[in-house]
Amino acid sequence: MPADQGVNSRWLIAGTLLVSLLLAIVPLPEPIRVLRPEFLLLFVIYWSLSAPRIMGLTLAWACGLLMDVLVGTVLGQHALGFLLVAYITHRQQLRVRVFPLLHQTFTVLMLFAVYEFVVFWIDGIVGPAITAWQRWLPVGTSALLWPVLVGTMESWNRRRRH
Amino acid sequence: MVTLSSDSRPIIARGPSLGARFFLLALVSIVVMVLDTRSGHLEAVRLWLGTAMSPLYVVVQAPFDFWGWLTGSFADRARLRAENEQLREELRTARVKLLEFEALVLENQRLRAIREASAGIGERTLIAEIIRVDLDPFRHRVRIDKGAREGVFKGQPVLDAHGIVGQVTRVDHYSAEVILISDSEHAIPVQVNRNGIRTIAVGTGEADKLNLPFLTADADVAPGDLLVSSGLDDVFPAGYPVARVFEVKRDPAATFAAVEAVPLAQLDRSREVLLLWVAKEPEPADGTEEPHGAPGDASEGTSRDDAPATPRPPANTPVGAAGAAPADTPPGSAGARAADAPDPSPPAAAPESQDTAQRGASGAG
Repeated sequence: MPADQGVNSRWLIAGTLLVSLLLAIVPLPEPIRVLRPEFLLLFVIYWSLSAPRIMGLTLAWACGLLMDVLVGTVLGQHALGFLLVAYITHRQQLRVRVFPLLHQTFTVLMLFAVYEFVVFWIDGIVGPAITAWQRWLPVGTSALLWPVLVGTMESWNRRRRH
Repeated sequence: MVTLSSDSRPIIARGPSLGARFFLLALVSIVVMVLDTRSGHLEAVRLWLGTAMSPLYVVVQAPFDFWGWLTGSFADRARLRAENEQLREELRTARVKLLEFEALVLENQRLRAIREASAGIGERTLIAEIIRVDLDPFRHRVRIDKGAREGVFKGQPVLDAHGIVGQVTRVDHYSAEVILISDSEHAIPVQVNRNGIRTIAVGTGEADKLNLPFLTADADVAPGDLLVSSGLDDVFPAGYPVARVFEVKRDPAATFAAVEAVPLAQLDRSREVLLLWVAKEPEPADGTEEPHGAPGDASEGTSRDDAPATPRPPANTPVGAAGAAPADTPPGSAGARAADAPDPSPPAAAPESQDTAQRGASGAG
C-alpha cells in the first residue's frame, strides 16, 4: 500500500532526525569529541536520495536551523550549509542513487567538505573562525559512516517490506 | 546503493523549480544571519526555538541524572557520615571567613559612602547547574539549567566559588548559554590587585590560559599577581577574582610584554555555577549608556548572606568611575590605551558601553 508506506516513512524519517539531533549534543569523552560525525546531515542526504518528496529543500533547511539553535551558532549558518548540500544532492539524485557504494561514499565526502567549508566561511565572517585542522575531522568520520548507514537502513527497509 | 523508500517520481515538476527554491531559501538564510548578527531582532525567535528544543537537553541529561540518583540513594552510611563530617568542617571554616568578610563589607561600605562612589552593591545570586551536553568542541560554551523564567538575562555575570566563570550569551525559557572567559571570543577588563594597573584579559581557547596582550614591556606585573575584574565593562562587577599571572615574558625590542594568566574559576571542572544580579545605583554622568537593570526583585536585595563564598577583595582603585578611566591610569599602563581605543583584535571589553562589550563577547551573536 503506497499510502500506508508513505505514512510509515514519514514516521521513520522523523524518528531518525530526532535521534540524530540528540546525537549531536550527547556528551562524548574529550579525546573523541572532535570526531563527532554530523548524523543529522547524513540522514538529510540519505532521505534526500531515498525519499526526495518528503525530504525536500525546505525540510533540510529547517533541520539546519534547528542545528543552529541547538549548538548556539548564528541563526542560518548550518541552515545554509544543509540547504546547499540538499540542493546538490537533489540535483544529482538520480545519478548518485545508482553509484556503487564506494563511489557514493566519495560523493558524500565531497558533500561534507562543501558543508564544512560553508560553516567555516560563515564563522570567519561572523567572528574569529577556528582554524585548527581538527575541525575538518568530522568530514572524514561522517563519510566513513555512510556505508554503515546505508547498510542498516537498507536491511531495515527490506525487512519492513516483507 | 540507496533504494527508494516511498516515491521515485522526481520532485522537480512540482511547485517552483529546485533552483528557485534553493535561491529563495539561501536568501532567507542570509537575511536571517544578518539580522541575527547585526541587531538583536531575532532574540525572541531564538528564545522560542530554544525553548522548543529544551526537551532534547532533558533527554540527553536524563541518564546522568538517573545515575546520580542511583549512586546517591545506594551510598553507604559510612561514606555519608564522612561526607557530612567534612562538610561540617568546611562550614566551620567558611563561617570564620564570613565573619572577617562581614567586617570588610562594613568597612568597604563606609569607605564608599565617604567617597560617594557607586559600585555594585546589593547582590542576589542563584545557583545553576551546567547541563551535560556538548556544544561546539572548539568553543568554550556551556549550557546551564536556568533561563528567562528565573530572570536570567543576556550579559549576566557567572561565577563559581573561585572566581569569574563567564557571562550569559543566549537565553531561552528554561536554559541559557554561557561563554567562558577562556573562549577565544571573550575578553574581560581586569586590574592587577596589587597596584591597580588596568588591562584586558583575552581568552585563548585553552581552559587554563588567559592572555594579557596590552601590558607594556615595563609594566609592573609579576608572576603570582592576582587579577580582579575592574568593572569597566558594565558587565562584570568590580573586584571579583579572575586569574593569577603565571608567566611574564619581556622582550626589550617589543612594545608589549607577553603575559599569561591562569583562570581561578574551575572552568573545565565545576558543575555548578553562580548567577549574579548586581543592583546598580545610578552612575555619575559619564557618557555611558544606561546600565542594564537587573530584572525583577534584584533591585531590592541586600542579601549579603548568599554572596559568593569567595570574599570580594576590596578594590583599591576607584570603581564605578568608568568615564574617568583614561585620565587616572597609572603611568606605564597600557590598560588605558586598550580601554580607550580598543584595538581590532580584542573583541570585547571596551568600556564605552556595556552594549559593545556584550556584543563582542558573545561573538556578535
